[in-house]
Amino acid sequence: MPDMNSLAHPQQHQFNPYTENGGTILAIAGEDFTVIAGDTRQSEGYSIQTRYAPKVFRLTDKAVLAVNGFAADGNMFVKKVRQRLEWYRHAHAKDMPLRAIARLIQTMLYARRFFPFYVYNILGGIEEDGSGAVYSFDPVGSYEREACRAAGAAQSLVQPFLDNQIYFKNQTPAQDTSHPVHLPLHSVLALVIDSFTGATERHIEVGDGLEMYVVLARGNPALQSLQDLPGAEEVTGTQAEERVFVIRRDLKKD
Amino acid sequence: MATSSVYTPAGFNFSNQIRNTFLQERGVPLPKATSTGTTIVGCLFKDGVVLGADTRATEGDIVADKNCEKIHYITDSIRCCGAGTAADTEFTTALISSNMELHGLSTGRKPQVVTAMTMLKQMLFRYQGHVGAALVLGGVDATGPQLFTIHPHGSTDKLPYVTMGSGSLAAMAVFESGWQPNMTRDDALNLVKAAVAAGIFNDLGSGSNIDACIITATHTEMLRNVETPNERVQKERRYVFRRGTTAWKTESVRKLIVNEETTIIGGDAMDTS
Amino acid sequence: MSIMELNGGSVIAMVGKDCVAIASDLRLGNQALGLSSNFQRIFPVTDRIYVGLPGLGTDVHTLWEKFRFRVNMYTIKEEREIEPETFAHLVSSTLYEHRFGPYFIEPVIAGLAKTPSGGVKPFIAATDLIGCLNFAKDFVVAGTASSKLFGMAEGLWEPDLEPEDLFETISQALMNAVDRDAYSGWGCVVHVITKDKIVTRTLKGRMD
Repeated sequence: MPDMNSLAHPQQHQFNPYTENGGTILAIAGEDFTVIAGDTRQSEGYSIQTRYAPKVFRLTDKAVLAVNGFAADGNMFVKKVRQRLEWYRHAHAKDMPLRAIARLIQTMLYARRFFPFYVYNILGGIEEDGSGAVYSFDPVGSYEREACRAAGAAQSLVQPFLDNQIYFKNQTPAQDTSHPVHLPLHSVLALVIDSFTGATERHIEVGDGLEMYVVLARGNPALQSLQDLPGAEEVTGTQAEERVFVIRRDLKKD
Repeated sequence: MATSSVYTPAGFNFSNQIRNTFLQERGVPLPKATSTGTTIVGCLFKDGVVLGADTRATEGDIVADKNCEKIHYITDSIRCCGAGTAADTEFTTALISSNMELHGLSTGRKPQVVTAMTMLKQMLFRYQGHVGAALVLGGVDATGPQLFTIHPHGSTDKLPYVTMGSGSLAAMAVFESGWQPNMTRDDALNLVKAAVAAGIFNDLGSGSNIDACIITATHTEMLRNVETPNERVQKERRYVFRRGTTAWKTESVRKLIVNEETTIIGGDAMDTS
Repeated sequence: MSIMELNGGSVIAMVGKDCVAIASDLRLGNQALGLSSNFQRIFPVTDRIYVGLPGLGTDVHTLWEKFRFRVNMYTIKEEREIEPETFAHLVSSTLYEHRFGPYFIEPVIAGLAKTPSGGVKPFIAATDLIGCLNFAKDFVVAGTASSKLFGMAEGLWEPDLEPEDLFETISQALMNAVDRDAYSGWGCVVHVITKDKIVTRTLKGRMD
């Protein structure tokens, strides 16, 4: 009789405000560009809530933020970051630099140390010196600048693949050659697509659609090829020198 | 334990039980086996029964097998779809299939579907739900087309259209809106395909391809991968490594071909003149 | 802590063109503490069949001895070598016999089957800890780094790789996967099985 137990022992009931909504995000920095990508499936348990819920957001013309984890927290967090960036624009008449956004995100996350936003953030974009950059965060604000990072449900599937293909880990170069430090945009896009199709095959929470944001630095020679790429849509905000594009692909829906 | 290598009793072996309970008491959770998240369905039509299943097997949220077979053979005109713990559905159906063959031989008649159903439910009830098999059993016998579901604890249902597994609600929605009595073979197959597809696309535990099986009084048709709506697209690039990419420390070669060479030692050549 | 993670270790097998490869790491640990960097968990069953046994260290030995005994009995009774598929079913039945008190091992089997025409056909299979068989046409993985291995193999594998290319692919898949797994690593061994020889190599990689 379960009812008898409840009389014998005090029972505490608790509301757990968090859920996990699946999906995966990933960002790779090139020499003068950054690719930030995420799938568009949002799920809870074995159910798909929606096949199109963006996880990657353009913040400024040189910063794109990908959020993964608890979707409600993610959306709210992006909203709050955008608000802070707008205040900055009104106060200083310019967009906040990428490294400053990274530090802002850290303080915003740590401000909620004891009731965290249950979100893994990856910030990608162009630094003030024109180099591509990726910043990855944990839910309470610990962060680091890297060349590539995967997060979310299929992080464990994608990250070792990136180690191998971006950092050339465990690969010995041919005699008298060395591995490239930065990959060109078309190679990076190919790796991102293959990472996500691979993750879709083996992870049940990844699929439906893929959204890849590309941030190009000033005078990037890849601009023309990206403008000609079918399905690539320019989402640059205003008169900025950096250009932002989004490329959408279908992923399997099972 | 001197006898153990000479005689082992039939059935399950509990020799690890003491160790494993000890570990469990130490706070070690027992790992979970492969389960088939699964959509399995069955429906009756004018002159038989159609069974359907998806082909995804999962281990937690990872896909362990993209194209497994969930429609198991029982007899020539009886098949059984399995959901739940993958190993349990596999071995339970294999055991009952074997017993049905023996039963058929001893009675000299074509065995009935209810016989298989009774064997399955009695086995599952005996194991009190610890054998985690959720089954859809269908076939045609002397009494006509038959369709059952069997739950892990041994309860059974006899219905004209049934679904089981994590995708059962998605599939049942299709059946509830599309099923009607005395359908044609093609209509029934299409309905089953639509029901399994609903599970594949709307339930994360189900995926990949559709298997179907059409059983009539005279003929059983197993349609393995009757639809393949989830083929992987061509990769963007190839990933073959340059030979010599991987650094290695030691190498040993085990040759399987034994060379035999005959060397003539000394002596004069044979006089052949 | 799960029992499957107590000693660590991972195994992967891949199919190539008229060849198969099976590879594993060499670590034996007690949770985070490394104990050995030379722990064998892949064993030769016949000339053309290898089995990998990732999971609880004690069961690696127990099960291997059990399989060795049963394969020897089979060879004596049948007066022929066991075929890979038959061996896979032997493994599966052995594990399912212990359904309610399992061995904490998820075996991976790789071998070459004989075809009626005298050729060979690559065969790989894996089972879960209670013997549910998984016959894959491309690759199978098991162990503490299984999700990483799935990601690597899904990205790198392609059909009809020659033995030398298969060696590179399986080695890269394994090494990069175990480098992201705390419980696997400390050296790797790769076996490439072809019609007339088996090449075994130990890999040079990170030892941390």
